[in-house]
Amino acid sequence: MTVLDSKTPQGALADKWNNYKDHIALVNPANKRKLDVIVVGTGLAGASAAASLGALGFKVKAFCYQDSSRRAHSIAAQGGINAAKNYQNDGDSVYRLFYDTIKGGDYRAREANVYRLAEVSGDIIDQSVANGVPFAREYGGLLDNRSFGGAQVSRTFYARGQTGQQLLLGAYSAMSYQVNKGNVEIFSRHEMLDVVIIDGRARGIIARNLVTGEIERYAAHAVVIATGGYGNVFFLSTNAMGSNGTAAWKAHKKGAYFANPCFTQIHPTCIPVHGDYQSKLTLMSESLRNDGRIWVPKRKEDVEALRNGKIKPKDIAEENRDYYLERRYPAFGNLVPRDVASRAAKERCDAGFGVGETGLAVFLDFSSAINRLGKKVVEERYGNLFQMYEKIVDENPYETPMMIYPAVHYTMGGLWVDYELQSTVKGLFVAGEANFSDHGANRLGASALMQGLADGYFVLPYTMQNYLADQISVPRFDTNRSEFDEAEKQVKTLIDKLMNVKGSQPVDHFHRQLGKIMWDKVGMARNKKGLEEAVKEIQALRAEFWKDVRIPGEINEVNPELEKAIRVADFLELGELMAMDALHREESCGGHFREEYQTPDGEALRQDENFMYVAAWEYKGEGKYEMYKEPLNYEFIEVKQRNYK
Amino acid sequence: MSNKFLKYSSVTKKIVMSLAGLFLIVFLVMHLSINLLLLKSDDGAAYMQAVHFMTTNPIVKFMEIFLFGGFLLHIILGIVLQIQNWQARPVRYKVEGFSQKSFFSKYMIHTGAIIFVFLIIHFINFYFVKLGWVNPPEGVDKHDFYQMAGILFSNHFYAILYVILMIVLGFHLNHAFQSAFQSLGLNHTKYTPAIKAIGTIYSIVVPLGFAIIPLYFLLIK
Amino acid sequence: MNFTLKIWRQKNAKAKGKFVTYNIENISESCSFLEMLDILNNQLIEKGDDPVSFDHDCREGICGTCSLYINGRPHGPDDAVTTCQLHMRRFKDGDTIVIEPWRSGAFPVIRDLMVDRKAFDKIIQAGGFISVNTGGIPDANAILIPKDKADTAMDAAACIGCGACVAACKNASAMLFVSAKVSHLAVLPQGKAEASRRVQAMVAKMDELGFGNCTNTGACEAECPKQISIDNIARMNREFLGAKLGAQKQK
Repeated sequence: MTVLDSKTPQGALADKWNNYKDHIALVNPANKRKLDVIVVGTGLAGASAAASLGALGFKVKAFCYQDSSRRAHSIAAQGGINAAKNYQNDGDSVYRLFYDTIKGGDYRAREANVYRLAEVSGDIIDQSVANGVPFAREYGGLLDNRSFGGAQVSRTFYARGQTGQQLLLGAYSAMSYQVNKGNVEIFSRHEMLDVVIIDGRARGIIARNLVTGEIERYAAHAVVIATGGYGNVFFLSTNAMGSNGTAAWKAHKKGAYFANPCFTQIHPTCIPVHGDYQSKLTLMSESLRNDGRIWVPKRKEDVEALRNGKIKPKDIAEENRDYYLERRYPAFGNLVPRDVASRAAKERCDAGFGVGETGLAVFLDFSSAINRLGKKVVEERYGNLFQMYEKIVDENPYETPMMIYPAVHYTMGGLWVDYELQSTVKGLFVAGEANFSDHGANRLGASALMQGLADGYFVLPYTMQNYLADQISVPRFDTNRSEFDEAEKQVKTLIDKLMNVKGSQPVDHFHRQLGKIMWDKVGMARNKKGLEEAVKEIQALRAEFWKDVRIPGEINEVNPELEKAIRVADFLELGELMAMDALHREESCGGHFREEYQTPDGEALRQDENFMYVAAWEYKGEGKYEMYKEPLNYEFIEVKQRNYK
Repeated sequence: MSNKFLKYSSVTKKIVMSLAGLFLIVFLVMHLSINLLLLKSDDGAAYMQAVHFMTTNPIVKFMEIFLFGGFLLHIILGIVLQIQNWQARPVRYKVEGFSQKSFFSKYMIHTGAIIFVFLIIHFINFYFVKLGWVNPPEGVDKHDFYQMAGILFSNHFYAILYVILMIVLGFHLNHAFQSAFQSLGLNHTKYTPAIKAIGTIYSIVVPLGFAIIPLYFLLIK
Repeated sequence: MNFTLKIWRQKNAKAKGKFVTYNIENISESCSFLEMLDILNNQLIEKGDDPVSFDHDCREGICGTCSLYINGRPHGPDDAVTTCQLHMRRFKDGDTIVIEPWRSGAFPVIRDLMVDRKAFDKIIQAGGFISVNTGGIPDANAILIPKDKADTAMDAAACIGCGACVAACKNASAMLFVSAKVSHLAVLPQGKAEASRRVQAMVAKMDELGFGNCTNTGACEAECPKQISIDNIARMNREFLGAKLGAQKQK
């Protein structure tokens, strides 16, 4: 079996990134403007990459499927962004952020990448402030911090409950500055449908103009994929309706390996499902766990009485409430990492203590916070979240506890990249959630924003320059080359095939079914039998999709159903790979919980001797994959069983 | 002329519009204080004295140029802005706005147009007479505004029209006053509520002051 | 719940549009407005009709993609929410609901209820940024920003760029959107350096794109899903006036 080389630089952990930067090849300013870069996706990673590469002088073309480059789903991140600034004097450091992230990821992330992430985390805050991000401040004018799950220090910077929005608008305005200067050109309402490879290097993309329906060709010296995660494979998730895995999947099919596809994060604090017409799940910020206490009734008769409407949650006496997170994890309590909190909720609900109409919900109670801090303080901290909850559920969280349940939120897996964020296809870089690199098997809260911006602002500008340094004599590519013809033909064939199925069911019908298979069998808890069934069921569903999907309208016009069909066709393949990866990984780690591998008290049990590696899958034709391993060597950190007790 | 106006930015136009408006607001107070002299039972002696001052004083004559300029700017800009606003939405909604908004603001162009028509009548009745462009009523000297006002206000139709017009003016001023401050960027958490209150009082008191005069002529005299 | 929907249908930017009436039945009151349209669309597809195109993405009220002018109000009858957060319990059983696209010359209709809001991006690109490159930045705590300034900036920065202000304004003016960005950056010390240049560039671009003029009606503020205040418009006017009066003559 081939072993993948991560190209991690030599030297002490703390010196690796500096050594790397000191020795890369550079491109002089006159040559930079002769080099083109395509950035697909304009979320935090994409926008910050486009802005930074544009600022260096490269000519950047940025693509997004949204109507504006300001709308990518990074915008929905609420809680905050971590940075090892130690502004609070509470013992934080680069090493500690690195350590927390590796531990939070259950020792399945690459040490050097994570250390680099922690190293540049402080610069991200500086950069964002310079871009005008209005982070929360103390009265003295200094930046404020809050605490977040999985850490014992307060290192999270925030802008009310809209940190993702403000960071994204910061990156978007930085990109707009480069548009103004003529270094970046934006193509909105464009969806990438293939990468074009010339002589083994990524040299362009094929994209569909979502307004005219035309298939268009774009050439460049290098391509960045920053298209986010694939959580929508579950149909219901906290992702945006349009979030999809298509760009990454098409790159995968062209030779980029897909790493750890089964690592999915289930977020513990979402509004529970309330009907089968539901289109998406709404996340309530993790920051709610700072002051909210999670509980279910201790006694079955109370569960029953609640469901029949005989009693209200507040009628249940304190001693009859099971604050199960505080009970099981006294050290971290309600602030345990997301995977732990999610599984604990599932455990209680599976045991029959769940509340709400479906029994798939737990209480998140603010009454003790209101008693301790007063309603006004609670309102200041969480007012907008409470208001949002009330709009959706029609219940007032100041008076009755919120109901929450876990939902799919983030995918740690993604395209495999080396230390330079380059995939197994030369010249194809992957940034942000789309790559697999930094979060291992579980991501800590407030780290996604950090990683997206780290990749875009501070990593790619160096590593891509290193790649492009020997490309200066390569002239701009003509999009009439045969490689473009071929790629375009493939895309057109796929679209024609989809349109010609002319079946009877809308795309959503299949997507919903796929989601159900994934949630039931490749969700929060997995086992061999279920995963084997899932693979078969997904294959069958895929066959049915290609026989019976109905896409109305024309190719050459605005056609949201066609867009969805292309994405779901890819999800139907990706879902299968996720199940296969989960099946092969016979251990429990982070977001991947195999029921066969747990401690007597139900905690995840890793199998380090057999699975301390990244599984990277190569596409070998429909349903066929070959796995490569990148061993994870922990040189600077002691590998332990995670313990939040 | 209008090309030149179009070239200025929307905000510049609004600022000039509001400055002209505020100037007219000040002028109205002066106009009213003179008009109120009509109520004095001295057969117009005080009133005529004021009129004499206003028509002969060189500084006032000089200021008159600004006054006409102000009117002209305010009217032309109002029309230009309105045309641009209509052009900004070439296709209208089927269900027109249910959005909550300041009531009087919706009708500024309409109330403005009515006031403009009245202004022309007003000029024909007084200012043009003074200039000799229009003949005064029979047996009245062209400088005797007191007599002219008396004749006009004794006409029921004109008096009622005048009162209605003052209500329209009040509508216009109600929005205009505070809007002018907003356009000039004079906005402050402490003072804006006061400005709004003063604006409301102004928009009631000034038109009411004007309206009392024909009512006095009609009902008491 | 049952509803009669009158929806604007328009094949593409050039085609002539018209209202089409649909009846929809058995809608749960906890269904969101867009989920109701999803149901309608799936019914239309099953019947072999063209589904209704509308913009939407995050469905949690933050991306600013969804639009829709519902019964005479942008984002519908609820205050301080976007269309995706509007729920059918806000309507009465049997209601007739008229759904129109945003109407503004600067936001041309692309299809059905979708409009092109690139004009907003162009305004930002004209100056809605701080001219800094990546790197070489002083420590974030090097500039003290008083809490009230940071809060004021945040109030303005909460704008999601949905365009409801333009849709609500009787003049289709973009002043609230532009002023929110101008205010956000003008209030912060980092943004002050080029505040004068910024406000002039953004206002000029706004005018060029054909938005209407502000007549201070306040409809924008009333309809803004993020409750951005028209105080920002006053601040922008002030900034603009100061910039025009204070600026040196260009050499």
